[in-house]
Amino acid sequence: MNKARQNPLNTTAMHGALILYTLIALFPVFVILINSFKTRRAIFREPLALPNADSFSLIGYETVMKQGDFFLYFQNSMIVTVASLFFILLFGAMAAYALSEYQFKGNLLMGLYLALGIMIPIRIGTVAILEMMVATGLVNTLWALILVYTAQGLPLAVFILSEFMRQVSDDLKNAGRIDGLSEYTIFFRLVLPLVRPAMATVAVFNMIPIWNDLWFPLILAPAEETKTLTLGSQVFIGQFVTDWNAVLSALSMAILPVLILYVIFSRQLIRGITSGAVK
Amino acid sequence: MTALTLTNVNKSFGNVHVLKDITLEVEEGEFVVFVGPSGCGKSTLLRVIAGLEDASSGEINIGGQQVNLVPPSKRGIAMVFQSYALYPHLNVRGNMTLALKQEKQPKAVIEERVAKASRMLNLEDYLDRYPSELSGGQRQRVAIGRAIVREPKLFLFDEPLSNLDAALRMNTRIEIANLHRALDASMIYVTHDQTEAMTLADKIVVLRDGRVEQIGTPMELYNNPANQFVAGFLGSPSMNFLPEDLLGDGENTIGIRPEDLFLSDDGPLAAQVSHVEKLGGDTNVIAKVQDHAVTARLFGQHAIAEGQELRFAFSADKAYRFDPAGQRLR
Repeated sequence: MNKARQNPLNTTAMHGALILYTLIALFPVFVILINSFKTRRAIFREPLALPNADSFSLIGYETVMKQGDFFLYFQNSMIVTVASLFFILLFGAMAAYALSEYQFKGNLLMGLYLALGIMIPIRIGTVAILEMMVATGLVNTLWALILVYTAQGLPLAVFILSEFMRQVSDDLKNAGRIDGLSEYTIFFRLVLPLVRPAMATVAVFNMIPIWNDLWFPLILAPAEETKTLTLGSQVFIGQFVTDWNAVLSALSMAILPVLILYVIFSRQLIRGITSGAVK
Repeated sequence: MTALTLTNVNKSFGNVHVLKDITLEVEEGEFVVFVGPSGCGKSTLLRVIAGLEDASSGEINIGGQQVNLVPPSKRGIAMVFQSYALYPHLNVRGNMTLALKQEKQPKAVIEERVAKASRMLNLEDYLDRYPSELSGGQRQRVAIGRAIVREPKLFLFDEPLSNLDAALRMNTRIEIANLHRALDASMIYVTHDQTEAMTLADKIVVLRDGRVEQIGTPMELYNNPANQFVAGFLGSPSMNFLPEDLLGDGENTIGIRPEDLFLSDDGPLAAQVSHVEKLGGDTNVIAKVQDHAVTARLFGQHAIAEGQELRFAFSADKAYRFDPAGQRLR
């Protein structure tokens, strides 16, 4: 190790900066969590105080459980997020592989066309999307959301993944061809495991906006049985009165699954398995 | 019976003509080395033979069967790559057996072939390891093992030693030579290293700019190069080229191998030493004859210093003559 890195002053400064950043990032989550366990009065009197015997209350969680079918909302959000991520990764990776591996006429144009979606916000097309969903009878189904989110996530996925797929060794793919693997097997067994870190990145990028989205659930699937968690929590926020206990409790519970998904994907960022393939 | 016949094979990428009318034969059991500077098309030629690239025109025959339209896995070939290209998610055994499983070989046959190949390559202790847990030399042996178990009609090696360090390279070179003797298989080996070419080959194919310059045994090419390029490419240190008018009259080029130059007080080449490499067994003298750099390889140890004035001589029958276009004059 080089000396500069061992310098205690530098190490302290580096860790100090990282710890500070962690605190800033975690502070809102922390405030939400502690306040979700407090009475309404305690929330407003001392927002930053920890719940104690006097102020402790589960009233928020009770309201959330009573009002509406919270577990259904939860399940809807989960289905929409996981299915959208699955399709984004599957189709994104396949398109990226085609663009990076095969030479065909219009290869470059196709790549640019697919990347164009990154620059155009999908919400501009909301009216058209709604008309389309009405025409196909998909309004108030989870499919409406899954399809829209998949379309929204694909451009960036194709863009990032094709860059990574270009770096996968040609020799490895050729070795597979000589050993008689089909192009599908080469894609699924050789290439996908090697771009797993990139796939995890794409998944993390897409997951949080989808989970948190209010716009499309409100427009495309506002029915009781297709409400997502974010939309479901909105019942507690009114124009004049907001049930803060319930809102904070709902948010606390909503953080959990994203956290779990994030842990799953971030573990994939570890590249151990890829070393040793070439060189 | 010929293992491989190429007839007028051409390959273009867009407007770039990479392979030009390649015609050659590989006999059964022969070790053929494609050698040439980088960018000469030797790797492309290997890929065309393997079926990883389609030939633009021409015919490829492997074991008497035309294979232009046959996919790589059905051509009866096995290839060893420069970067090893091991499957990272499979252990050594998995890497070696994958192709056989794809061919739906019976289990007993697979077991037997893996046992045989791993015995030959001393890989028995590593069968359950993953590629990331192996050293460079071991990985290369696994890559060779993966080729052996298929019992192909033709082995293709694409610069297999260039990722290894010098000591390992020599050992592996000897191993490959032994392997060729043991298997008695036809092999094609691509390299830009002329030492590998000279030591391994039964037959060398020298390529330049997508064209075959000369085909022959290593000694034929060394003793009888067809042109200035082949003469300069084979041999280390490489052949000295001097304009004929340095020694008399004429516009041709004279080529003399460094080992054919010797010191002589009344030699025709007056030279000033610019650098001396003392190797113990040999002494390489790099000197300037007027503006031309000349390398002489003197046997034994000599007390020669930089800046010293020397005279070199050579016997006329050891000199090669080339016309201005580079063709050999006899």
